[in-house]
Amino acid sequence: MPGTITDELEIIDAGRGGGTDVPAGGEDDGDGSGGESRGMPQRAYFTVIQLAMAGIVMFFMALTSSFLVRKGLANDWVSFNFPRILWLNTLILLASSLTIQIARRHLRGHQRAAFKRWWSLTTGLGVLFLAGQLIAWRQLAHEGVFLVTNPSSSFFYVLTAAHGLHLLGGILALLYVSRRNWQRARISQATATDVTSIYWHCMDGLWVFLFALLYLGR
Amino acid sequence: MVTHESGGHHHPPSGFIRKYIFSLDHKVIGIQYYFLALFSVFVGMALSMLMRIHLVWPNAKMPFTPGGQMTPEQYLALVTMHGSIMVFMVLTTAPQSGFGNYMLPIQIGAEDMAFPVLNMLSFWTTFLSLVVLVSAFFVTGGAPISGWTAYPPLSALGEIAGPGQGTGQNLWIIGVAIFCIGSLLGALNFITTTVDLRAKGMTLGRMPLTVWAWLVTAILGLLAFGVLLAACLLLLLDRVAGTSFFIPGGLVVTDTPIVSHTGGSPLLWQHLFWFFGHPEVYIAILPGMGVASHVLSTFSRKPVFGYKAMVGALGAIGFLGFCVWGHHMFISGMSPYSAFAFSLLTMTIGVPSAIKTFNWLGTLWGGKIQFTTAMMFGLGFVSLFVTGGLSGLFLAQPSIDLYLHDTYFVVAHFHLIMGVAAIFGIFAATYFWFPKMFGRMLNEPIGKAHFWLTFIGVYSIFMPMHFLGLAGHPRRYADTTGVNFLAPLHPVHYFITIAAMITITAQLIFLFNFFYSMKAGQKATENPWNATTLEWSIPSPPPFDNFAGHVPVVYRGPYEFSVPGASEDYIPQYLAPERVGKAH
Repeated sequence: MPGTITDELEIIDAGRGGGTDVPAGGEDDGDGSGGESRGMPQRAYFTVIQLAMAGIVMFFMALTSSFLVRKGLANDWVSFNFPRILWLNTLILLASSLTIQIARRHLRGHQRAAFKRWWSLTTGLGVLFLAGQLIAWRQLAHEGVFLVTNPSSSFFYVLTAAHGLHLLGGILALLYVSRRNWQRARISQATATDVTSIYWHCMDGLWVFLFALLYLGR
Repeated sequence: MVTHESGGHHHPPSGFIRKYIFSLDHKVIGIQYYFLALFSVFVGMALSMLMRIHLVWPNAKMPFTPGGQMTPEQYLALVTMHGSIMVFMVLTTAPQSGFGNYMLPIQIGAEDMAFPVLNMLSFWTTFLSLVVLVSAFFVTGGAPISGWTAYPPLSALGEIAGPGQGTGQNLWIIGVAIFCIGSLLGALNFITTTVDLRAKGMTLGRMPLTVWAWLVTAILGLLAFGVLLAACLLLLLDRVAGTSFFIPGGLVVTDTPIVSHTGGSPLLWQHLFWFFGHPEVYIAILPGMGVASHVLSTFSRKPVFGYKAMVGALGAIGFLGFCVWGHHMFISGMSPYSAFAFSLLTMTIGVPSAIKTFNWLGTLWGGKIQFTTAMMFGLGFVSLFVTGGLSGLFLAQPSIDLYLHDTYFVVAHFHLIMGVAAIFGIFAATYFWFPKMFGRMLNEPIGKAHFWLTFIGVYSIFMPMHFLGLAGHPRRYADTTGVNFLAPLHPVHYFITIAAMITITAQLIFLFNFFYSMKAGQKATENPWNATTLEWSIPSPPPFDNFAGHVPVVYRGPYEFSVPGASEDYIPQYLAPERVGKAH
C-alpha cells in the first residue's frame, strides 16, 4: 500500500510539473516533494493520513469489539428491520470511489474541467450518501426503533453516526480541494487530491465493513 | 548538502497573541504544555495533601468543604480528580507533549513539527480538556467519585449513584474525550515529524534515545486514545441517552430499582478502559526512559551501553504494553486461563525492562560520572523504576494480586513506577534542558537540595504504603476510625502524611529555582554540558526556526563520548569529520 501511494505521487508530481522539477525553495513555497527542500516534504501528508487511518481504525475496532461482546454476553439483543435504503447508500458510496478515481485520472491528464466535474460528482455522491443515512434513521424512527430501544439499535445509530461524521470530514476535504487557491498552500494540489482520495477510499471500505457487521450481526 | 534559506514554512510572528498564545512554534507550544503540566501538578499535589490530612486527622477543618468537615464522598472526589489530573494533565503531557514538542524537532534537525497548526490545535484542545475536567469541581454535586478509571455502573448511573455522579461525571467524561482528541492529533504530528523531517544523516540508528522514546510513545498514543474515546462515547450515551452498553439490568441503588437499563456489561468498560490504560502507563514512563538514557550517557561521559538493545527494549515494552491489560482485571472474575496468559505476558515485560536497567548500569560502569542535578534525577529515575517494577512482579501473579489488588500495595506500586519515576524523568529533563529552553542555568546547589528532599521524600511516602497493603489496608477508604484491625497502622499513615508535607513543600524550592533562574540565573552557553546532540549546536534559547535557516547535517551517532584518540571527551553529531580532533 505505501509503495503504491508513493508511486502514484511521483507520477502525479511529474505530470503536474510538466516533467520538470520545481526548484527547491522556489516561488511555490509548498512544494518540497524532492525531499531536499527545507520546506515540508509532500510525503508527510501521505504519512499522516495513513497514521490517521490507524487511529480511526482503532476507534472503530473498539466499537466493533464492544458490539460483538455486548451481543454475545446478554440475551436482550433484538434484531430490527434493516432499512433497505442502506443497500442503495452502499452502492452510492462505492460509486463515489469510482468517480474519485476518474477525477484523479483527469487531473493527471491535465483535464482540469473534467477533473472538477468528476470531483464535484464525488462530493455530490458523498452528500447523497449522508442524506440516505438520514433517511434510514428516519425510517427506523418511524418504526419506533430509536437509539435506546435495544442494544442492536444503539450500536446501529452509534456506528452510522460515527462513520457519518468521519465521512462529513471527507466531504469537507473534497470541498477544500475544489476551492483551495494552490498558489498559497503548503500542500500541492496533486498531494491534496491523493490524500483526500486515500481517506475517501478508506471511509468507503470502512462503511462496507460496518455495513456487513450491522447486517450480519443485527 | 545544499545550505539555503528555509522556504515553505511559517515566518516569525510579531504580535503577542501569535507569538505566545496561539503560537505555531513548537518551542512555544512545548513550553505551553510544560506550564499546563506545572499548573496541574500543583493542583494534583494540593488534592493529595487534602487527602493525606484527612486520613490522619479525619475531624480536621478543611477548605472547600461545606461545614468544614470532609465527607467520604468528597474524599473520593479528591481521589478521582487527583488521579485524573495527574495521569492525563501531568504524566501524559509534560514528558511527551512538553519536552517532546520542544526537543524532538531540534534533535532530528527539523525547523518545526510537520504540522504547526495541528500542533497548536493539539495544545488548545488539551487546554480545553483541562478546563472542562477541573470545572467538575464547581458544578452542583461537585467532582465525580468513581476514580480515574470511572468504572460503571457507578460512573454510568447518574446522580442517584452519589454526589458528583451527575454533571461532574459528565464533565469528566467530556474532558477526557477532548483530551483523547488532543493526544491523537499530537501523536500524528510526532510520528510524521520523526518519519519525514529528519535532517540529512539523521538515520534511524543515529536518533537520540529520547527521540526513539517519543516516537514509540506517540505510536502507543495513536493506537490507545481512540479506544478510550470510543469507550467515553458509549459511557456518555449510557448516561445522557439512556442506552445500556455498560449498565446491567436488575440494579438497585439506595433502595431504588434501576428499571430503565438491561443487559449492559460493566466488564466491557474495564476491557476498553484498560486496553487504553495499560499503554497509558508506558506513555507516561517511556519518555522518562529516553531522558534517563540520554542524561546518564552525557554525564557518565560514555556512550549508551547497548544502543540497539535499548531501542529494541523500547519497542518491546511498547508492543507488550498492548497485550497485558487484563492484569488490571484479575479480580473481575475472569477465567483463570485468561489470567494465566495475562500474567505470563506481564512478567515477560520484565525482560525488556531488565535489559534497560542493566544497560543503564552498564552505561554508568567505569564512567567519569558528573553528579549534576540532571544526572541525580536520572539516577533517581532508575532507582524508582527498579523499585516500582519489582512490586509489579508481585502484582503480575493473579493469586497474589487477589489479596493485594484493593490495598495500598497497588497505590505504592503505581505511584513509584508510573507517578514519581515519570516525575523524576521530567525533573531530569528540566534540569538538563532548562539552559537550552530559557538561556540560563538552574541553580545547581538548590537543585541538589531539591533532589535529596524529593528522593528521600517519595521513598518515605510510598515505601511504607507497601507494608500498609501487605497488612491488608484497603485503598480508597476515607477514614479508618473504628476499623479495629487498621488502628495499629495509624502511625504509618501519620509518618506518610508528614513525609508528603515535607516533599510537597520541597517542590516550592524547585518552583523558586525555576522562576528565579529564568530571570536571574547564570547565562547559559550554547553547550553547557558538553553534550553531543543537535540541540546543543544552536544558541540558548534557539532562534525561531531553530537552525537560523541553515540545514544541519548529522555525521555520527548520538552518544560519541570518550572516543579513543579524540582531543575532547565528546564528538557532537553535527561535527564534520574533517573537524574532529580540533577543539569544538
